[in-house]
Amino acid sequence: MGRTLAEKVWDDHVVRRAEGEPDLLFIDLHLLHEVTSPQAFDGLRKSGRQVRRLDLTIATEDHNTPTLDIDKPIADPVSRVQLETLRKNCADFGVRLHPLGDVEQGVVHVVGPQLGLTQPGTTVVCGDSHTSTHGAFGALAFGIGTSQVEHVLATQTLPLARPRTMAITVGGELPDGVTAKDLILAVIARIGTGGGQGYILEYRGQAIEKLSMEARMTICNMSIEAGARAGMIAPDETTFAYLKDRDHAPRGEDWDAAVAYWKTLRTDDDAVFDAEVFIDATELAPFVTWGTNPGQGAPLSSHVPDPASYEDASERHAAEKALEYMGLTAGQALRDISVDTVFVGSCTNGRIEDLRSAASILDGRKVADGVRMLVVPGSVRVALQAVEEGLDKVFTGAGAEWRHAGCSMCLGMNPDQLAPGERSASTSNRNFEGRQGKGGRTHLVSPQVAAATAVLGRLASPADLSDAGAGAPTPAGAR
Amino acid sequence: MEAFTTHTGRAVPLRRSNVDTDQIIPAHWLKKVTRDGFEDGLFEAWRKDPEFVLNQPRYAGATVLVAGPDFGTGSSREHAVWALQNYGFKAVISSRFADIFRGNSLKNGLLTVVLDQPVVDALWEIAESDPEAEITVDLEARQVRAAAADGPGLTADFELDENARWRLLNGLDDISLTLQNEAEIAAYEAARPSFKPRTITA
Repeated sequence: MGRTLAEKVWDDHVVRRAEGEPDLLFIDLHLLHEVTSPQAFDGLRKSGRQVRRLDLTIATEDHNTPTLDIDKPIADPVSRVQLETLRKNCADFGVRLHPLGDVEQGVVHVVGPQLGLTQPGTTVVCGDSHTSTHGAFGALAFGIGTSQVEHVLATQTLPLARPRTMAITVGGELPDGVTAKDLILAVIARIGTGGGQGYILEYRGQAIEKLSMEARMTICNMSIEAGARAGMIAPDETTFAYLKDRDHAPRGEDWDAAVAYWKTLRTDDDAVFDAEVFIDATELAPFVTWGTNPGQGAPLSSHVPDPASYEDASERHAAEKALEYMGLTAGQALRDISVDTVFVGSCTNGRIEDLRSAASILDGRKVADGVRMLVVPGSVRVALQAVEEGLDKVFTGAGAEWRHAGCSMCLGMNPDQLAPGERSASTSNRNFEGRQGKGGRTHLVSPQVAAATAVLGRLASPADLSDAGAGAPTPAGAR
Repeated sequence: MEAFTTHTGRAVPLRRSNVDTDQIIPAHWLKKVTRDGFEDGLFEAWRKDPEFVLNQPRYAGATVLVAGPDFGTGSSREHAVWALQNYGFKAVISSRFADIFRGNSLKNGLLTVVLDQPVVDALWEIAESDPEAEITVDLEARQVRAAAADGPGLTADFELDENARWRLLNGLDDISLTLQNEAEIAAYEAARPSFKPRTITA
């Protein structure tokens, strides 16, 4: 019987397989950041261990880093200590680090792919659940806890039980104005936040094949929000073209050998998935969340659901709690929800295509009065590219704030937070209670919806912009 | 890791589903660089409500958390496990756990027990009607037993794979176990193709 993509990559990394034991899997790439690594390095010190494979390990600073005044000392002393701890740990153990201010600094899941380190058929881990992002390349990539970070540092392996596989087949083509973010939000709403538990998802089908690498990363990034261990997409010419000539991509004969191997990384025709889900791309529309988990979402054109409509008692209770927290009423049109903050950024939607997409809508328009819009590039490289294209001027010209790279308001570990009661349209990945700041309310959206929402001050898609005011050039910096 | 064999303690009924790790321990607590001192951050936002179950004096000192489905979703932060342990919890019972949270728990000796929702419902009723009721989580027998003062009590078997159980019962350190396979790791490394990525060139 044939094997799925996930099974092929898994099998190629088994160091040891024994009856009654989890497989021991080799890890090709270990990404580190400041939040989930300090206790792991402490563990190494206590047991007198070293980092086994410095050449497969790389660190960056992202979760705590400020997005303003990055040339000044970090104001929050606790954040400062955590970043200094990472710097000391990397120096002590010899780990390559891209600190704040470095040209390769940025959100760990943006940095890996742009350096060409994330490659098809590799195993990638990081102490961060959004490591699933790297699955867009046909890598087996998953988030781990700090104990496992220490385990990988010490052994370059992990003992793991093999997850089951689930195919998410997206047939047809996405309609105009419908993005990868809308697609993945719709998938999560369909299978639920626990629907992927115990599975590696493989996204396939015509709509997936047509997506750019960055759009594929958006999809795989949010696999964890469906509870999945990982999400993968088979590598193809789009993948190879993205990787060619990147800093760490193979070269010469190695490139040819790599591509030959990568081309084998497709689910065999006779392979059997443990579960299958079919989605018709042509039926999708801009999608937003109304609740406090990423599965609580609906098409923008619809209404806040009535909790009473849920048959399952625990879902009903969760919806009631969510409406209470979000300050929404059943039946309210989603387009009538006003926001005071718009955030464009994160490992989900902080890449150059996301910024281009948001900028194209803001060009010649203004952020609505009373709305604060933050644009936070996913990495310094993304920021530099955006500046080269003049996107920063489009954002500031529209009245948005153009910031330095980092995780920022996705999780509010730095000063970029919502105040209690504030409501955001956010291109990030989690709408959990208090995620973006205590008492803050989050609606997850695509970059296009974020930009249109910023203009109208209420949840909106670009199609809602009547174009009064569009096309008129805006003086830079004016508001 | 501390070994886990059997634990008996009182239970806290947490009637919420989809308890994500941001609720268990909010992000601002993640700036700490230690594994301890997280107890005050546990369910920090919800604990501001005096009615929240952990604030009710009758559940003070309870050591078994009985939660709704999909406990521990979201972020991979192991701090969520440390916070539960720092607070005093020894075991968490739910009908479904998020994968990463469950893995983190078992690596720290916090036992996560999967029971069917009707059993969880019954445990909630026992803990709510009699906060003094004790629940025994017996890893050797893979069984949960609850004694209710004025009821029949409850006995339920749970599953945990044999390897995970063996490591918990013996409090074994995963890294030491893995390093026993040094020869196999080295052999795998020697056979890796040259096109695989490297972060630094030697």
